[in-house]
Formats: sequence, structure tokens, C-alpha cells
Amino acid sequence: MSQATEAGPATARPARLPPTTDDGFVGWLRKNLFSSIGNSITTIVVVAFLVWLITWFVDWALLHATFRAETGKDCAKSSGACWALIGEKFRYIFFGSFPYEQHWRPLFAIITMIAMLLLSSDRRMWNWRLAVIWPVGSFITFLLMFGQIHIPVTLIFLVALIAGLGGFLLRRDVADQGERVAYMALMAIGAVYLVLRILGVLPGLAIPIAPFSYVETGLWGGLAVTMILATYGLAFAFPYGILLALGRRSNLPLIRGLCVGFIELIRGVPLISLLIMASLMLPLFLPSGMNFDKFLRAQVAVILFAGAYIAEIVRGGLQSLPKGQFEAADAMGLNYVQKTVFIVLPQALRVVIPPLINTFIGFFKDTSLVLIIGIFDFLSTSNQALVDPLWTGYPGEVYLFAAAVYFFFCFSMSRYSKYLERELNKGTQR
Amino acid sequence: MLKQTLAAAAGIVALAGVSGVAHAGPDLDAIKARGHIICGVGTGLAGFELADSQGKWTGLDVDLCRGVAAALFGDAEKVKYVPTTAQQRFTALQSKEVDLLSRTTTWTLTRDTQLGFDFTGVNYYDGQGFMVAKKLGVKSAKELNGATVCVSPGTTTELNLADYFRANKMSFKPVVIEKVDEIRQAFFSGRCDVYTTDASGLYATRAANAPKPDDYIILPEIISKEPLGPVVRHGDNQWADIVRWTHYAMLEAEEYGITSKNVDEMLKSDNPVIKRILGVTPGMGKALGVDEKWVYNIVKQVGNYGEIFERNIGAQTPLKIERGLNALWTKGGLQYAPPIR
Repeated sequence: MSQATEAGPATARPARLPPTTDDGFVGWLRKNLFSSIGNSITTIVVVAFLVWLITWFVDWALLHATFRAETGKDCAKSSGACWALIGEKFRYIFFGSFPYEQHWRPLFAIITMIAMLLLSSDRRMWNWRLAVIWPVGSFITFLLMFGQIHIPVTLIFLVALIAGLGGFLLRRDVADQGERVAYMALMAIGAVYLVLRILGVLPGLAIPIAPFSYVETGLWGGLAVTMILATYGLAFAFPYGILLALGRRSNLPLIRGLCVGFIELIRGVPLISLLIMASLMLPLFLPSGMNFDKFLRAQVAVILFAGAYIAEIVRGGLQSLPKGQFEAADAMGLNYVQKTVFIVLPQALRVVIPPLINTFIGFFKDTSLVLIIGIFDFLSTSNQALVDPLWTGYPGEVYLFAAAVYFFFCFSMSRYSKYLERELNKGTQR
Repeated sequence: MLKQTLAAAAGIVALAGVSGVAHAGPDLDAIKARGHIICGVGTGLAGFELADSQGKWTGLDVDLCRGVAAALFGDAEKVKYVPTTAQQRFTALQSKEVDLLSRTTTWTLTRDTQLGFDFTGVNYYDGQGFMVAKKLGVKSAKELNGATVCVSPGTTTELNLADYFRANKMSFKPVVIEKVDEIRQAFFSGRCDVYTTDASGLYATRAANAPKPDDYIILPEIISKEPLGPVVRHGDNQWADIVRWTHYAMLEAEEYGITSKNVDEMLKSDNPVIKRILGVTPGMGKALGVDEKWVYNIVKQVGNYGEIFERNIGAQTPLKIERGLNALWTKGGLQYAPPIR
């Protein structure tokens, strides 16, 4: 700075390094931490506190911790953490009351779900591959969890009908003759079978796949339950929410009214009340002896609830699109489905990624509410571990452990959201 | 068909305006066809119902379910457990999600009648008690004049507390906290001198939540009646009988000194009562509609009442609950079984 007042062009002089007190580590310290007396005092106090906190934590969590013990009593001899409790209980916390010797099944189910989620987080998979990954992944997950699955033949034909219908609507104008015939054939086969099945001409058959012993949902617990509720809750709620959002902006008053009514009704009540309705009221309304699986009821409640919230987020994205986009799509001669799938949604969803992931993270944690209807999710099994009278008095360890697991999942989602924002906004970032 | 309709209609009239669900068919047939009983338990209370490290349910209430399975199927493991919350438990029973509830449920008139249930007995006599820190030096609830008391709002606990202090011409300062966890924290951090709730809850809290369980004592006074027992639906008396007599069989076994260890020798006993109980002299099983060896199976696989009590909540466990009211009638308690004959 002082050079500026001296004579002569700046380039003629050799550039000098800044004073060492302004540069490097010392300089950084001076500038950021000790720039004034007040700041210096704050720095010293905060550093002292952090050092105290970290020493205390290391001392508690590592140096004086007990890693092996028969019961909680043995932990009491030392002042530190009782990690032996986690060692004793982690299998219960992760897998709940699933038969002990078969814990590998929920373990691999969790791994399958994580793999499925990781694969579908890659943009290169965002095409027909998703339609392979999810059915295959879900099939493996539920086969491991249930042990036995009976696939109704009706379902296969229903899928054929939907696939044919979807393909026909989306690719009507671009597909060649053969492809169109294929779609129509799929639709026709599906429709004919379903009609005959409804009329009772064909018997209801199922294909049994039963490699393991059957484990009912009442025995599921722990992380597997949390992950299934969250993953499938959101996987179904997402398309459902998009449909609701589109319906809310529809020109047809009936559809619009239904969607608005549903969204406002669901958003107007807490998730707990929906869960209690599903678990307390529904069984009383159903005919005696007829009972839906409790887990399924909770899953449906989560889907309905998440769907309403996602719908409002997606609607925000739809509204941010300039009208010209819609008009341009109309001018190109695209029909409603094509316009929505190829023009509107890709742009609208890109805008709403941060709030969407925010909702996902929220719902991942909200699934712990299912405890109130007697389903043992990850947090409930952690709580259950605390009740054991042989291992009492160490809630901190268990909650820290549970928090670490929750943090792992939520932080991963948050990082992924960041990455996705960067990826999808490349076009607008020049 | 007409008969069935009439029966159903009669059932609906009997329960009119109450549960809204008619239970006409015998539950026992459904249970036998299914091959296992579905037992509604709680979501975790030390000593009474708790999933252990292997995920197996254990506890006093769980052992009753196992006993019923042993009596009915000869195998104590033929039980599926459905964890139910306090709000959800009665719906679960009404909607046939569970066959019986065995989860620290207090027997009251309205529950026994209006809700359409039958309590088949009392497997734990509970009552409201007081817990204090040992260092206060208090030995009796009568010495609690002027104490600060932690209590949860809107419960009979709160009313009982006020009644008790008024009746004994004492004053107290209530600290009313909604959440159980927060009450416990308030008590153990010293915000109140006394914590009051059901005595079983006090013992469990002391064992599970106290920083040093030995620093706290539970005072001898019990100021309310909380008889806890298994519950079944109206509509199938035979099923209710089996649940009722399972509990009585456990009591009778204790009274006559039959334990899981000596039950095989007891089969050779000359005592006609023991012979009847263990089915050596047949007739009792047939009358109840189960196998003649039903008591043998219960005691062999689950134990008598005393064994179950000591194993789950007794002096050797961290809960350290004394028999007290739950001692046999021969030892000054209330547990009394009608004779098996």
C-alpha cells in the first residue's frame, strides 16, 4: 500500500513479500482470532472451553470407558462410558425381535436398501435402469425380511397393463409401428386378464417363493423398520405427491377439489393422529376378524402424510416455471403427459431439490413416531435397550450411538442434496 | 343362518353403544386353529415386559402368556407378542389383534364391563407408593409433611396423592410434570423430595434410572389399589377360564411346593391334591378343555408363581421388589387360588 505513493511504474520494482506478520499461519491467526482485545479474550475462552470439552470427552469415551462387561454393574467400577452396553445390545438395537440366529437377513436387507439408494442416487441411472433397480432391490429386501413371498399372478398382469399404458402415452408419437403394437399388446393382455379375473372366470393364482422361514412384520424391528418405513414411505409418497401437485393445478374442478381437500386435510393434522387413526380407529371400523397388518397401516399413513407435504413442495416448483415453458410445449404439439414429463417436471423438480431433501430428512426421523402404535423402530429398540434392569443407568451411551446412526443417514442425504444442486444447476451457473 | 344372525344381533345388543364390535364366535377355536396365542404386552417395563438382548420377551406378564401357551399347547414358546401402548391396548383386544392382554392393566369396574372385557385375575397387586432419597432419613409416608412431590398430571395418582395428604392433615408442594422421563430427571436431580406413582413403577424407575439405586428407598405405605391382571374379551368363557386357571395353577403349584425343578418327582407324590393338580389323577384337564398334564407343562416350562416372581422382579433381580401383597395367602399376602378339584 505504501508503494503506491512512490514514483515509478509498479512493474519496474520487484514485488516484495508481505510482512510475515500479515501472512501465513501467524498472519491468519492475527487477522481472524486476535484482531482486537475483545476478540483475543473470546478466542482464549472458547479455545479453553473446547480443550476442556474434548479432553473430557476423550477421557469419558475412550480412556476410562469400559468395553467389555458381563452386566451394567461391571461398568460402574470405571468413571467412563459403558460401551459394553452397546456391544451387548447392538444386535437388538439394529434388528429388534427378528429371530436371533437369522439376523443376517435384516442385515442384508439393510445393505440391499442402501445399495439400491446409492445406485439410484447416480444420475446415470435415471432412466429405464431405475425401473430395474427398484423392483429387484425391493424384491430382495422383502424376500429377506419375510422369508417367503407369494406373488399374485394378477399383480403381474396389472404391471403389464400399467407398463403398456405408460409406454403408449409417453411414446405414442415417437415410437415406430412395432413398438406401438408391443405397448398395445401389453395393455390388451393385462386388461383382458384383469377383466376375466374380476368376472371370476380365472382363478386367483400366486407364485410362491419361499427360501427361508417366514417372519411376520410383528417381529421386525430396529434399523430395518426405520429404513423400510422411510425408504418406501418416500418412494411411494414422491410420485404420489407429484400427482397431487399436478392435480391441484388441474383445470378440472373435481380433480382440483379432491387434491386440495386431501392435501389440506392431511396437512391439517399431526402425523401422530394419522398413525393413531390407522392403528386404533381403522380396526374398529373393519368387520370383526378382518385386520390389515399393523406395519402396512403405519406405512400407508406415512405415505399419505409425506405425499401431502411433497405435493406442496412440488407445487412451489411448478409455480416457479415461467408460463412460456408451458406455451412453448403446447406450441410444439406435445400432449399433456409429454408436456409434463419432458418439459415441466424436469425443470420444476430441479428447483425444489433443497426443500425436498429437507422433507426426506425430516421424514426419516419422523418414522420414530411409530412407537406409539407399538412398532419398534430404531429409536424404540434403543429405548428398549435402556429398560433392561441388568444394564441400567447408561442412557447417554445408547442415545449417542443412536444419534450417530441417525446423523450418518441424515448427513449423507444432506451432502447428496448439495451435490445434486451443483450437478443439476450446471446449465445456469456460468 | 337365522340362528347365527340372532346370536350376532344379541351380541351387538349386549355391547350396544360400548365397543361397537360384536364378538360372537369362540376365540378358542381360532387360537387352536392358528396354533399359537397372540399376547398383547407393553412396550417395555423392566421386570414385567421387556425384550432382552436377543429380542426375546421376558417378564412377569410375559410368563403368564407363556403359561397359557403351555397349558393349551403343551409348549410355552407358542406365543406371538404384540407390543401395545397404553392408549392402543384396548383397541388391540377389541379388534381381535390380540387374544389376551397381559401388560400391567389395572382392573376397574368400567374396564371390566363397559369396554367389553373380562379380567381373569390379578397377577400383581400394585398400588401407589412413594420413593424418597435415603439421605432424607424418612422411614414412613406419615413423615412427609411439607414435602415437594413430583407427580404426573391428570392421573388418579395426582388425586390419590392429594387425598392421602389431606386425610393425614399434611401439606405438600406438587411439582406437576407431564412426561415420565422429565419427572424422573426432576426427581433424581433433587427438584423434589418425593416421587409418587405405582410401586412397581417406582421399583423399575429406581433400578433403571437412578444414578445410584441404593441411595433411594420406597416407603412402605401403599395408598391406592392397583390390581394388575390379564384381560380377555367378552364372548368366549372357555378361553377366559384357561387364562384364569393358568394363573391359579401357578399359585396352587407354589402353595403345594411344586417347582420347575421338583415337578418330575412330584408326579410320584402320594398327596391326592398334588396328584389332581399334576394330572396324575385325571379329570381337571378335561374339565378345563386342555391336556391333563396342563399344570405339569406350566410348572415345568415356566415355573410356579413364586419362581416367576423371583426370576423377574424379586429380591435377586435389580428391581428388588418384595413379595408384600403378592405373597401367598398362607404367608400374609393376597394371592389366593381356588382349589383345583
